[in-house]
Amino acid sequence: MITFTIRRILVSIPVLFGILFVTFFLARVAVKGDPCVATLGERATPQLCAEFMHRKGLDQPVFVQFGIYISDIVSGDFGDSIKDRRPVTQLMAERFPSTIELSVSAFMIAIVFGVTAGIVAARYQNTLADVTTMLGANLGVSMPVFWLGLMLAFLFSILLKDTPLWLPSAHRLSPGVVSTPFYQVYGWQVTKGTAQYQWYQFFANMYIFNSVITLNFKALLDAVRHLILPAFALGTIPLSYIARMTRSSLLEVLGRDYIRAARSKGLTQYLVIMKHAVRNALLPVVTIVGLQMGALLAGAVLTETIFSLSGVGKALFDAIQGRDYPVIQAFTLVIAIIYVTINLITDLSYAVLDPRIRLD
Amino acid sequence: MANNTAAIPVAGVARSSKAQASPWRIALRRLFRRRSSILGIIMLSIIVFVALFPGLLAPYEPTRVLLDKEPIQLRQAPCIHALGCPADQPQHIMGIDGNGRDEFSRLLYGARISLTVGLFTVSFAIVIGTLIGAVAGYVSGWADVLLMRVMDVMLAFPSFLLAIAIVAAWGPGLLNAMIAIGIVNIPIYARVTRASVLTIKEQEFVEASRALGGSGFHILLSRVLPNALTPLIVVGTLGIATAILDAAALSFIGFGAQPPTPEWGAMLGQERSQIFTAPHLVLFPGIAIMLIVLAFNLLGDGLRDALDPRLAQSDMGIKQK
Repeated sequence: MITFTIRRILVSIPVLFGILFVTFFLARVAVKGDPCVATLGERATPQLCAEFMHRKGLDQPVFVQFGIYISDIVSGDFGDSIKDRRPVTQLMAERFPSTIELSVSAFMIAIVFGVTAGIVAARYQNTLADVTTMLGANLGVSMPVFWLGLMLAFLFSILLKDTPLWLPSAHRLSPGVVSTPFYQVYGWQVTKGTAQYQWYQFFANMYIFNSVITLNFKALLDAVRHLILPAFALGTIPLSYIARMTRSSLLEVLGRDYIRAARSKGLTQYLVIMKHAVRNALLPVVTIVGLQMGALLAGAVLTETIFSLSGVGKALFDAIQGRDYPVIQAFTLVIAIIYVTINLITDLSYAVLDPRIRLD
Repeated sequence: MANNTAAIPVAGVARSSKAQASPWRIALRRLFRRRSSILGIIMLSIIVFVALFPGLLAPYEPTRVLLDKEPIQLRQAPCIHALGCPADQPQHIMGIDGNGRDEFSRLLYGARISLTVGLFTVSFAIVIGTLIGAVAGYVSGWADVLLMRVMDVMLAFPSFLLAIAIVAAWGPGLLNAMIAIGIVNIPIYARVTRASVLTIKEQEFVEASRALGGSGFHILLSRVLPNALTPLIVVGTLGIATAILDAAALSFIGFGAQPPTPEWGAMLGQERSQIFTAPHLVLFPGIAIMLIVLAFNLLGDGLRDALDPRLAQSDMGIKQK
């Protein structure tokens, strides 16, 4: 297992280097347009621009820029946003928490409901429950996430207005509700602009986490209510994939000899399925869970647009439009690293669950 | 040379035309045994018909503004005479869009665009991906390592984000969006092809061809690749569904088709702020996207079961969206 883990991690290293290379060149070489004009707008005179390019190191040869970029990244410096003139890490501390909260809750919805639906469908194969579940799952994988989001917003914010089922369809908190950062509540001293401050902000911006540890239940309830619609919109597609995979995998396992053996021992249907079949059937589901987790990040971009959540997606858009290279590079880099890490964890957990894989 | 190879009596290579027909016929029979794949085929046939002859069904031109010609209002709700809409009002079964055009006509013409997008992007990705995968798998050695590492790096980005980045670099537009989606899908087909080529090239009929002096290129093209087609067909069909969804999403955020093109994602995106006042303009294009994607998904699932039941297991490796 250790050999497998080490080998698998080593394989990721050239990929990570490739990612660095791609993010740099995609932002620097491929994105057309002048960062000076994009930032200064009409004030961009040749003289001001030359000064601007020099200050940002953009007048150096591309390969020198790449070298500087690598050494900066290694020392944890992602540079300053050209547009906001703030450290990119600051922007990350503000934007990533929202996206993480959204993705994680969407994913929990997908796993819990997806696996349950898959088990129900397989247990009652060819009954009405099975057919409806699979019909729903097929529609679910075919639905555009942005359309589902808009439809949910219409249903729960407009049609169900003035009923207890009403749910907010924009932003992370209602006006007037504040999730006071934990470091302020507990009076921790921290200097603005330091890395420590940015980490504090990062955790404080996860409103659910922050309101739980500060026991601010009003903010907690409000944050959860704001999260329901986007999380369900984002979770539906992975939910459908997981339900389909669970069903087909469980059906295959239910035909095996050891299941027949378990049945002939006189075990109840519930025990046979939950104890003997599901554990083995979930192996292929793990892979799809990992893959879907990665795809979720992309879906989050669209979901954020619809529900006016200022997360990673919004930040990336603004950066692309403003040719804000440091922001584009840093955000794509972090997303790609998260993606690679998820794939790594998926592979490793698969090897833990199924020892045969390690021998390959 | 040609005579020699044609004479090799090995299964899977130089079969007579009659013997060759049978595995496909079996697959076809299996395909039609599934009710869901029949449903997919029927839906797809209707969509293809609409895409070929939208003019036969559409009451108006897709880009024609009707505002001064008829007593209508912008974003007017659907008016169907059979459902009690007053007869003195002109019939628009899906209502009027934000520019005073007939939504139903635009929707019908949109089928052509979505279908083209799906077929173009996947063909693009298959051609290049197959080439890369075939070379990597057949030549092996450093070429294999290099090509597949590049593919790994591409797969390390969420494909939709990579597509956004490419379109941002080249500028928005339907063609750029299609090429971007095509590019980000290349690694999927490269991997599938490489995997098949690796198994096929070790088989006896390929060795026989090599022993007879066939050139590497000839063997790859006429011996190995034809036998690697099956997984490509399945993955490609399911890939069309994903490609259509991605293209619609790009158009939705304004990076794909530009107005006045009747592209479903763009139609939806332009009216998305009107969801509370004119929900029909969001509802119908979304359903259209869902139906075409569903049709390809049903057909793809059916093909997978019909052509190669083993592929059912690798389901998760194929579709990432």
